Amino acid sequence: MFQFAGIKDFDWTMFFVSMIICGLGVLQIFSATHDTVWQGSWWKQLIYIAAGILLMWIVANIDYHSLMTQVYLLYISSIVLLAAVLFIGKRAFGSTRWIALPAGIHLQVSEFAKIAIVLLVARFLTELRTDVLELRDLLKLAAVILLPMALIAKEPDLGTALTYLPILAVGIFLAGMPWRYWLAIAAVALLVVPVGFASLQAYQKARIVSFLDPERDPQGTGYQLIQSKIAVGAGGTWGKGVTKGSQTQLRFLPVPHTDFIFSAFAEEHGFIGVMLVLILYFVLLMQIVQNAQTAPDRAGMYICMGVGALLLFHILVNVGMVVGRMPVTGIPLPLMSYGGSSIWSTFLMLGLVNSVRVRRFVN
Amino acid sequence: MRFPSLEQHLEQQPQPGKIQLRDDPSFAATKMAAFQYIAVGVFLFLVTGFWELQIKSPEIYNERAERNRIKSLPIVAPRGKILDRDGRVIVGNHSTWSLILSRENLRQEHLHEIADGLHLDYDDLIRKVGRYRNRPRYEPIIIKEELTPADLAFVEAHRDPETFPEMELIESQRRLYPDNGILAHVIGYTGEISESELDIPEFARYNQGQIIGKTGIEKEYNNTLMGIDGERQSVVDNRGKEREVLGIKEAKPGRNIQLSIDLDLQVVAELTLEGRRGAVVAINPQNGEILAMASRPSFDPNKFAVRIKGKDWQELTSDPGKPLVDRAIQAQWAPGSTFKPLVALAGLESSSVDNETAFQCGGGATFFGHYYKCWGTHGTVSLHKGIVQSCDAYFYNVGNKTGIDNIAYYATQAGLGQKSGVDLPDEASGIVPSPEWKLRNYRQKWFAGETISVAIGQGALTVTPIQLARAIGGIAMGGVWHTPHLLMSATKTEKPHQWALNPENVKNIVDGMYGVVNEAGGTGVRAKIPGLDVCGKTGSAQTASNEYAKTHKDVRDNAWFVEYAPCHNPEIVVAVLWESAEHGMLSAPIARDVMAAWFDKKQRLAEDESARQKLNPATSLVSALLPTLKDAAPTAAPPPEGFH
Repeated sequence: MFQFAGIKDFDWTMFFVSMIICGLGVLQIFSATHDTVWQGSWWKQLIYIAAGILLMWIVANIDYHSLMTQVYLLYISSIVLLAAVLFIGKRAFGSTRWIALPAGIHLQVSEFAKIAIVLLVARFLTELRTDVLELRDLLKLAAVILLPMALIAKEPDLGTALTYLPILAVGIFLAGMPWRYWLAIAAVALLVVPVGFASLQAYQKARIVSFLDPERDPQGTGYQLIQSKIAVGAGGTWGKGVTKGSQTQLRFLPVPHTDFIFSAFAEEHGFIGVMLVLILYFVLLMQIVQNAQTAPDRAGMYICMGVGALLLFHILVNVGMVVGRMPVTGIPLPLMSYGGSSIWSTFLMLGLVNSVRVRRFVN
Repeated sequence: MRFPSLEQHLEQQPQPGKIQLRDDPSFAATKMAAFQYIAVGVFLFLVTGFWELQIKSPEIYNERAERNRIKSLPIVAPRGKILDRDGRVIVGNHSTWSLILSRENLRQEHLHEIADGLHLDYDDLIRKVGRYRNRPRYEPIIIKEELTPADLAFVEAHRDPETFPEMELIESQRRLYPDNGILAHVIGYTGEISESELDIPEFARYNQGQIIGKTGIEKEYNNTLMGIDGERQSVVDNRGKEREVLGIKEAKPGRNIQLSIDLDLQVVAELTLEGRRGAVVAINPQNGEILAMASRPSFDPNKFAVRIKGKDWQELTSDPGKPLVDRAIQAQWAPGSTFKPLVALAGLESSSVDNETAFQCGGGATFFGHYYKCWGTHGTVSLHKGIVQSCDAYFYNVGNKTGIDNIAYYATQAGLGQKSGVDLPDEASGIVPSPEWKLRNYRQKWFAGETISVAIGQGALTVTPIQLARAIGGIAMGGVWHTPHLLMSATKTEKPHQWALNPENVKNIVDGMYGVVNEAGGTGVRAKIPGLDVCGKTGSAQTASNEYAKTHKDVRDNAWFVEYAPCHNPEIVVAVLWESAEHGMLSAPIARDVMAAWFDKKQRLAEDESARQKLNPATSLVSALLPTLKDAAPTAAPPPEGFH
């Protein structure tokens, strides 16, 4: 099951691109925290990245097929852990998302459960014997994904729960689904949205309302969005320079080293820096899609595309939030935001993509 | 697109327990391409977001970022001091701490606890914060001044970022007014500019929250006294903590103003009125300088210096003694017999009577079928005796002969029935009745009998103490009526109302007024000061008709006294009003004490001066060379008696 793949076959473009993104992330973490209580975060992040690279390398050398045979185990243990978070998890910032491990490490289980979902969707769709998705299969698939989503939403962490949907969406999109099902889903969604909105927590409603009109409560729920837009706009073309952005340095910007790291980056590096990073992310995504296209089989393709869709969704929601085009959700920017769970789960997923890539010439 | 055929599916039937994984992914090539386009779309969507913020309108956000980080705190400019004519401080300032709320991190839900902690009224605070709704956010609200040590302790304990970060302390200057209500009405008080004032054009240059003069000198010379507030700009973080000071614009303090008030004289005037309702006005008739101006009962302006409490305000406004009324310029009462010199002037100047014209006083006189009583029986009375003994019957006759039009004309020339023009707000004008006045105001014909009442200073005639002092002083000056003023420097620019009177007539009236104080039988002998020639006139003025007085309490006559000295070329004229004191002669000692204080001080200064000159050889030499100087020095008056 574990076999060393050729160094040559490893996706070095993807690797270097992700390294540059990580490096800019570390720089920004340093800049945003250098005179705060989090001032040690940048070298902790370096350690997380180093461990992440190791994880990526290990996963790249595991045949993804053997992982897929274990997918039910992975899925069930994910569910158990997610349920456990609700009971024994560590509470911070008003929600319970972390499990405390020895050595002071707090793991965000929902970040890792994604990987099980990517593999599960890949296996489920690979095993389909029909050209298009049947309603029965669709409902089955939806059910197994909604279960962990419900557990995560209960933490509450609606943002992360929603990141599971693109995995499902891209899966059924690729598997092929009759148009009438899409229409049915759209119709159901239209019905569910108002009901769903009514059942949201007060702070979640406020976030959505304030996203639509942040100036309604500039000191309260609209604060983060407004301050983020101010930070981005103040950055201008060239940015204010590292450790020079007033919004970031004077902490008007909330959490400038985690969820709002791109806002801090945009303030200090300007439009030019933003373009550079967005291009890097785009290249990363295109590499992943290319690996999907050259995958040796359906399973590999579904894995790569699941990872790609997940990353695209993360980028859309996080960066969109920074410019005020998405509501405020607590989901990190992959590879840049500070935090071990996010870094490791991203590298694990990149490892899966590489695992697929290095086996592309098997047939 | 190449889909795996059904045959292929059937061939590759999965064995139980084993997963069929090998399959060509190229069937989804188009969809993967579609995904790439979706990714391009997402990135373009994001890039346009940055384009809009960073390229199209970075200035807006730059400015907002600057507003975030730069905070301006006002440095309140101290108001100018108010000094007396010798440069002594009447109103000063002292430093205090004020609490301001920064509206940038103000949370409405904190206000209740803040109000409790500082013993402020919660509703007042909410209203105050509400008033700032349309002002820029960086403008702070001053919510309490003159913090007590307990307040300071509360603020220091709760201004940390976790509790009430909106609270900030600034140092400011507070007004310090004299104790015991001395000069309270003249000085007035300050207060925060009100909503309604902000709507008036003359207040346009002031801002919400600024402290302005509300009454008295504080209001009249507000522009001079008020400085220009400074500003302290600093960089703050999201908790409002100061990180760096960018710049300080120092406050420009207000200018001091010097009043013509003599504090010594003022204190005497206030003390003599203590416990009484009335007013004292002392003016230098040669230039209009007000030397003393007291009104009692008084109030404590220090209660207004910060923000008057509702309870204190209630007490002041509901007090039957009306302590907020400045009686010196606002009490309008019939002048009674103090008006008689003006009637005499009208009679003489209009040649209706002369110095020798005599009338009989048998305890009264009959006019138009109606008997008018005199307060005594004076026999044959001509001008001098009429004034000295204040014979009503004499003045009924003079008034009757002179006619109301002449009386009104001369009274108006002397400044009655109009504001004296003193540099204080809200002065009352009094009334000089005439047929024309009655027709205009009441649409009624003048009754001849009314002239008889006006001739002794009754009827519809009303004056204020300051008007009386000015009118009598102007006559004593031979027809020069200066505009009374409190601002010392106004002496130079002030132009008097001049009107040539016959010196002979003036002399006769002055002689009469000398007799009032100095001759046996004079009504104002109590004002006599040995060694000083003082002229005066008493007045006991009815405040209601006799019919009304029979059925009502406290309609006792007002006691007036007006005097000046020296009788020729006077340098001080004092008018006293003592409400409900029954007889004018009772006011005379008040006027006497004020006047004695004036000349006593003058003598003391002169003695000091000559003692100083003796010590200085240079000036001694001058004195030796110019012996006439010594002779020309004013003769010192003996120390006044009965002065305390």
